[in-house]
Amino acid sequence: MKPRTYILVVLLALLAAVPPLAAWLNQPFYLDLMRRVMIFAIAAASLNLILGYGGMVSFGHAAYLGLGAYAVGVLSHHGIDNGWLQWALAIAASALVALAIGSVSVRTSGIYFIMITLAFTQMLYYLGISIEEYGGDDGLRLKVRSQFSGLIDLNDPTAFYYLVLALLALTLLLVHRLVNSRFGLALQAARSNEARTRAIGLAPYPYRLAAFTIAGAICGLAGALLVNHTAYLTPEFMNWTRSGELMFMVILGGIATASGPLLGAAAFLLLEDLLQGWSVLPKWMTEHWQLYLGVILVLVVLYAKRGLAGLLPGKNE
Amino acid sequence: MNFVLIAEQTLNGLQLGVMLFLLAAGLTLVFGIMNLVNLAHGALYMVGAYLTTFFYQQTGSYALAVALGLAGTLVVGVVTELVALRTLYDRDHLDQVLATFGLILFFNELIVILWGRAAIYSTIPEVLAGHVELAGGFRYPIYRLMIIVIGLAVALLLWFVVTRTRLGMLIRAGASNRAMVAALGVNIRLLYTVVFGFGAALAGLAGLLAGPIYSVQPGMGELILIQVFVVIVIGGIGSIRGALAGALIVGMVDTLGRAFLKPALATVLSPTAADTAGPAIASMLIYLLMAVVLAFRPAGLFPSAR
Repeated sequence: MKPRTYILVVLLALLAAVPPLAAWLNQPFYLDLMRRVMIFAIAAASLNLILGYGGMVSFGHAAYLGLGAYAVGVLSHHGIDNGWLQWALAIAASALVALAIGSVSVRTSGIYFIMITLAFTQMLYYLGISIEEYGGDDGLRLKVRSQFSGLIDLNDPTAFYYLVLALLALTLLLVHRLVNSRFGLALQAARSNEARTRAIGLAPYPYRLAAFTIAGAICGLAGALLVNHTAYLTPEFMNWTRSGELMFMVILGGIATASGPLLGAAAFLLLEDLLQGWSVLPKWMTEHWQLYLGVILVLVVLYAKRGLAGLLPGKNE
Repeated sequence: MNFVLIAEQTLNGLQLGVMLFLLAAGLTLVFGIMNLVNLAHGALYMVGAYLTTFFYQQTGSYALAVALGLAGTLVVGVVTELVALRTLYDRDHLDQVLATFGLILFFNELIVILWGRAAIYSTIPEVLAGHVELAGGFRYPIYRLMIIVIGLAVALLLWFVVTRTRLGMLIRAGASNRAMVAALGVNIRLLYTVVFGFGAALAGLAGLLAGPIYSVQPGMGELILIQVFVVIVIGGIGSIRGALAGALIVGMVDTLGRAFLKPALATVLSPTAADTAGPAIASMLIYLLMAVVLAFRPAGLFPSAR
């Protein structure tokens, strides 16, 4: 194995050690925080597939987080608690919407692509707000978490934690296999030089659209996990700032790297938690944590473009 | 009654349209010339609204408040350009989007620190508060009418500056070939700062006009900014003509959709179905319009020469 792969395996092993540690320290909060980190790592990994390897700067990835959450929340609202059905719908609906949005936006590039993905996500956000049946902008409490015919109980925090960890490992493996397949190589070729890719007989459009759809589907699963995590459905999952945060996680962790999304999600959410609740700082400072977050974001973009994964040993992919 | 309602909503659409144009013009100029995606453009709109409201409360003179608000936004814009954005011109769009996203978080929180999280109350002078009778008993607020006039005047002024003056010539030259303009001895850095400041002032103008109509609160800039994106995607990025056409189309479609879609649907659907579907579709209308325009004209209605 390459050194980078070792590091990723070690990171996942460390995550596996969190529940016993949290139980030993009697701090169930850590379990909750790290579960949230892993759910966002899944979303960030799916964005990394198109943003990092595909070169498509999607500013609307939160749409699929919201769609996945709504698929679970809406079915639950109508009394259907079967998790298999809910999660399958979350993935299928996200894939379908990603296919539709992608078929319009992937034709464009550069700034058009950024603005269009942002605009479509805003459209879905307003749709979520305007449907009173599912809570409008107040949102909706998830009465029952997804039920998996007694196989796994999501109300048990530890069981839910390990399920998320398993899905994260699966996602990272899937993205890894994808980017190193013929499909992934074509996708990366189109990112680095579109004209040459065309010249050797590969049209980038189908590859990009397929990647966009797969990324949407994976992020839909993350949305289904997120709504079970918070037990609350809200259109805020699709807020445009959420899309920006997902992009920041990918950049912060290291764009187009295997461990980047996990490192980025962990660094972002722990930083957010730290800035919000740092008891060393006076209250008037922690209250305005977004001020520092904004400054840190600008500094990272200007001076630390390789991200956290760039600090790791081994060569950049 | 019906005529009055339609006329009123059409003027409201026009008013929203010119407001969007004031923002879109600056954004599209900055993109066309500096190749910069500036998400923080909406922050300047917010700064304009806050500064003018603040100065009006302090001085009691609306004219002075408007002058100070515009100048203040111009200064904030130029300082932002010099400190943060200047380093971004040669970066790719991803870096620009993320760094200006960081600036948004910064500006929004700064406003929260200075003025609090709740919306502040913005007023207009007595003179502008009334209504004016336009035709056959149809009365329309003077203030909204003034916005329409100012917006159209700015559009005319921009057309004159861009097509008839030396500065406009440099702007057009900069948009088509930056390197060549710089090689011919034009101080391109200065041109960038001037254009950015100009765009910032227009955003500030939109903000100070919008203040008394919409609520003045942190994050107000981003809600309208995303609509502005739709405007310039429809119009064609980098084109001022496209920005005007896109802004008027989006302003009209959005306003008329929100006003008339529900009653129109009620004639074909059951009232409850129309109640649910009407507002939902109305809020999605401009985005669907954008998708349709892009399907037929991928570079917008007025593609720029590049």
